[in-house]
Amino acid sequence: MLAKRIIPCLDVDNGRVVKGTNFVGLVDAGDPVEQAKFYDGEGADELIFLDITASSDNRATMLKVVRMTAEEVSIPFTIGGGIRTTDDMRTMLRSGADKVSINTAAVNNPKVISEGAEKFGVQCIVVAIDAKKTAADRWKVFIHGGRTETGLDAVEWAQRCESLGAGEIMLTSMDRDGTKDGYDVELLKRVTDAVRIPVIASGGAGNLDHLYQAFAQADVDAVLAASIFHFRQYTIAQAKEYLRTKNIFVRT
Amino acid sequence: MIGIVDYHLNNLRSVQKAFEKVGVQSFISDDPAELQSAEKLVLPGVGAFGQAMENIRALGLQPLLLDHAASGRPLLGICLGMQLLFSKSYELGAYDGLGIMRGSVKQFPDTVKVPHMGWNQIEKVKQSPLLKDVVENSFVYFVHSYFVVPDDDVTLTQTEYGFRFTSIVQDQNVFGIQFHPEKSQTTGLQLLKNFAGL
Repeated sequence: MLAKRIIPCLDVDNGRVVKGTNFVGLVDAGDPVEQAKFYDGEGADELIFLDITASSDNRATMLKVVRMTAEEVSIPFTIGGGIRTTDDMRTMLRSGADKVSINTAAVNNPKVISEGAEKFGVQCIVVAIDAKKTAADRWKVFIHGGRTETGLDAVEWAQRCESLGAGEIMLTSMDRDGTKDGYDVELLKRVTDAVRIPVIASGGAGNLDHLYQAFAQADVDAVLAASIFHFRQYTIAQAKEYLRTKNIFVRT
Repeated sequence: MIGIVDYHLNNLRSVQKAFEKVGVQSFISDDPAELQSAEKLVLPGVGAFGQAMENIRALGLQPLLLDHAASGRPLLGICLGMQLLFSKSYELGAYDGLGIMRGSVKQFPDTVKVPHMGWNQIEKVKQSPLLKDVVENSFVYFVHSYFVVPDDDVTLTQTEYGFRFTSIVQDQNVFGIQFHPEKSQTTGLQLLKNFAGL
């Protein structure tokens, strides 16, 4: 049976992890490769690196992180942030990333989804959607790190991404992101009902029951979390143990 | 020496690195002459079936792969590479594969999410040296939208995803693994080690 996935997300700025650098026992806790290895050993099912570096000068730094992670880590990992073209995708995939995540570029140029899917396969194209509730039962898509409203309806955009060839949707609730109040289960459910590709829940995880609610109520395939793992509030093993007691099937 | 066949669709480094981890030397090449010297060949791959076959033909790799399989030397197809071993695929059209094994490649039905992505388990159907020290129901990492339907009795393991599909095959010296052993931690490494030790 296919297991539900737990995915820690590492925000990387200029080659350094910017959140949760209080890991015990790591030689250099701010080193993304060290953290990736740690999560690999702890039983994470996948990893996501988000390159939040604003300037493109630092792409080389990120590529180095990708290359070293590919050498050191034995679980799949995704790279997001600043990927605009299929050339950018190729560079990341050739350097050892298993998947690439696109957000703003997908909205500005939806063709990049289908071109990427044709060139590299649907399995490595993740579309990240940042959604914000604007009315009852309505969520709009935002880009540029949440600064620009697009007017796109989040559910319709997710369906469009699927038809263009996205292999997976990473859906972040901007309302919940950073709040620790739990995922926006309502939004997640609307999207999982509307598409057949896997959906990753993101934004708002504050405790283990939040992870459970996303799986149980919204039928997501994976949950992404940052601070609850980075600040060692919970280990990956604790999260899996909790989910197991709630009859969510996870990898041992 | 193990030769990893490069047909210009993907990053092959992860496969090579996985062999390194189990202490096995390998080389990556797209040159039939160079690959001919390999005792064992690995055909990895992600991407689309039609494009893969086109590249394999254009690079002159098809006769090499067929000769290698016919010579009795071990050949391992991974993911798309496993699917390419079969006679026919219905991925975005109808394409002829290498035809080393008889059977076809079909898309998952509407009843399950596609791609089949993540950690799923393998159930043994038959014993094989490839499965030595591989624990029943081990978790391994899958990413695919199509699966093989062999005509012959070649299934070594199956995996449940709405129904049971073939996840590892063996026909004498030719093997296929639908998931990614290079991304499947200890179980994946054990399989590669077993292949290298054949």
